[in-house]
Amino acid sequence: MVKIHSVLMGKAVQHAARLRGGSGSALPGLVIEKFDKSFVANALTKFPYGVVFISGTNGKTTTTKMVVELLESQGLKVFTNRTGSNFSRGIAAALLSDMNARGKLKADIAVLEMDEAHAVHLAEKVKPRYCLLLNVMRDQLDRFGEIDHTAQFLHRIAMAPTNSVIVNRDDPRLASRKFIDDLTAKVSGFGVSEKLIHQFPSDDDMRSLSIEKRKALFDQDDTSLESLDGKSAEIKYANKIKKVSLKVNGIYNVLNAVSAIALCREIMGEKLQEEKMLHALSEVTPAFGRGEDIIVNGSPCQLILVKNPSGFRLGLQSFDPKGYAIMIAINDNYADGRDMSWLWDVDFDTLKSGGVSELSGMRAYDMALRLQYDDVPFLHVDTDLRRSLKNFLESANNKPKRIYCTYTAMMSLRHELSKIADVKAVR
Amino acid sequence: MSSTKSPLRILHLYPRDMNIYGDYGNILVLKRRAEWRGYKVEVIDYNPGDNFPKDIDVIVGGGGQDSGQDKVQADLQKISHKLRDLADNGTPMLVICGLYQLFGKYFQTHDKRIIHGIGILDIETIAESERLIGNITIQSQQFGDIVGYENHSGQTFLGKNAKPLGMVIRGVGNNKKDKSEGACSNNVIGSYLHGSLLPKNPHIADWLIEQAATKKYGNFESKNIDDHFTSLAREHAMKRPR
Repeated sequence: MVKIHSVLMGKAVQHAARLRGGSGSALPGLVIEKFDKSFVANALTKFPYGVVFISGTNGKTTTTKMVVELLESQGLKVFTNRTGSNFSRGIAAALLSDMNARGKLKADIAVLEMDEAHAVHLAEKVKPRYCLLLNVMRDQLDRFGEIDHTAQFLHRIAMAPTNSVIVNRDDPRLASRKFIDDLTAKVSGFGVSEKLIHQFPSDDDMRSLSIEKRKALFDQDDTSLESLDGKSAEIKYANKIKKVSLKVNGIYNVLNAVSAIALCREIMGEKLQEEKMLHALSEVTPAFGRGEDIIVNGSPCQLILVKNPSGFRLGLQSFDPKGYAIMIAINDNYADGRDMSWLWDVDFDTLKSGGVSELSGMRAYDMALRLQYDDVPFLHVDTDLRRSLKNFLESANNKPKRIYCTYTAMMSLRHELSKIADVKAVR
Repeated sequence: MSSTKSPLRILHLYPRDMNIYGDYGNILVLKRRAEWRGYKVEVIDYNPGDNFPKDIDVIVGGGGQDSGQDKVQADLQKISHKLRDLADNGTPMLVICGLYQLFGKYFQTHDKRIIHGIGILDIETIAESERLIGNITIQSQQFGDIVGYENHSGQTFLGKNAKPLGMVIRGVGNNKKDKSEGACSNNVIGSYLHGSLLPKNPHIADWLIEQAATKKYGNFESKNIDDHFTSLAREHAMKRPR
């Protein structure tokens, strides 16, 4: 049971933090976790459909948003930490916001985006009913040391669920005997067809098992992206192919949508209202900063979050640069990762013909150096994000714009853009 | 004119298994800077089990995860005499992180297992529980200030036949005791610095190319390269928090 005095205290801190002009996210969570260590675990025990964990290195925020929307189409009331603050304290803060003063939270299911390392401890305490694991890509090595460690974190998370684990069957570290064999919950897979697989660059060529062998690692069920033509996708499950027209951009966002379908099917089981789910799928949009369009002075400005080489490569491959003015903003705050090595594992050839208009962020010059060695021309470099954005918007006036940015750069850019354009608030 | 000469051949050692910290950046910088000076360049990948190529002018190797190191170890022993001959003959080499350790005498794991290296560098490495992570700047007599990023749990100690690449100004380096970073012997440089190392430290890249060219063609065509952005990137990197 949630302790009432914890809730009251947390809400008071949240209120105070908002008055100070903060988003009300990190601080109250931090305070309540100090005050009542079992607050999150206690609050998460009461949902009739249980708790869902979504983890992996890339695509958590977008996927979580999609899963929430698909489940809402099924008539469920969903609790989620939709802010992208995926540490335990972010969940504490989200719980506080949604609870009434007596600690009651009206929802059928909790869908939680979880940071890989933090999920381990919470998973062992909370015992989620379902867990969706997206991928293990090279990300923030300076935080975890090695990518194999990240896979080990995800494995421990995968050990926790009571009902089922849904895994990206095209990820070499997840679709392996070592990862799957000792899991106790039911394991299903999602992925893409053989003909699409080359569109997903891998960090290594460990993808040595054929698609049939990979599928065989899992229980019978498989949800697969069969084809993608522009925004029209064919998704296959239960031996049927469904055609859906989508609003999301970019193949990796579409794969996130496929994983959301796999999870929604698993949760709803026989109660699944298929037409409603597919309709909701056709309406989902990417999460903030994951290809969202912000209209600035009448032309779209697209924000694409890049945080590791695979994500950056996917981003460059998914979005055609033709006709777009491009800006790249690289910060190296703790949340971005301090090590710049990853920029050298991304191939920038696709930007060669059109060039890049603006380079910014604390490590703008590292990015400039990287482009210089790939013979990609760039016009302007400025480490000051605000000035740089202004210059970019003015110089590329009528053209559609695209900004590739690291996490903290994206947060600053959204903040700046919100002064001159309608930017959807992050909940 | 150098363009009529046979190309400079760069061997990338174990790109498949030992490549986690942007090691490709080192290869790319060597290739481009040699090309900008008018040399033709060939990059040859060498992975476990491949035939070891002939006529190699520069060797570059990177860091790997534990699983990657396990995969290359046996193969590295197999080609060790070839690498040693090349090192003795003055072939320039740059090995970072994992391969730096394996180019040494041994690596002692957390559970006190001894993994034998190939002994080209007179160094010994012992795994410790603490991971040494962060921006690092070192000072070298030969190359001036060198800037990079370190991320390793092995602590390396130099024997009398190895000289450090430089002394640490900020960061940790080889170990927590003596402020040294990296090791050099003949024309072989080993270091924990990535970031990647060569893009922001082109003087090391140019030195490697110079050794290779002089050895192969008898001379080196030095030509100034515009390093304006390199200087700015170095300056900013040195100011960032650890």
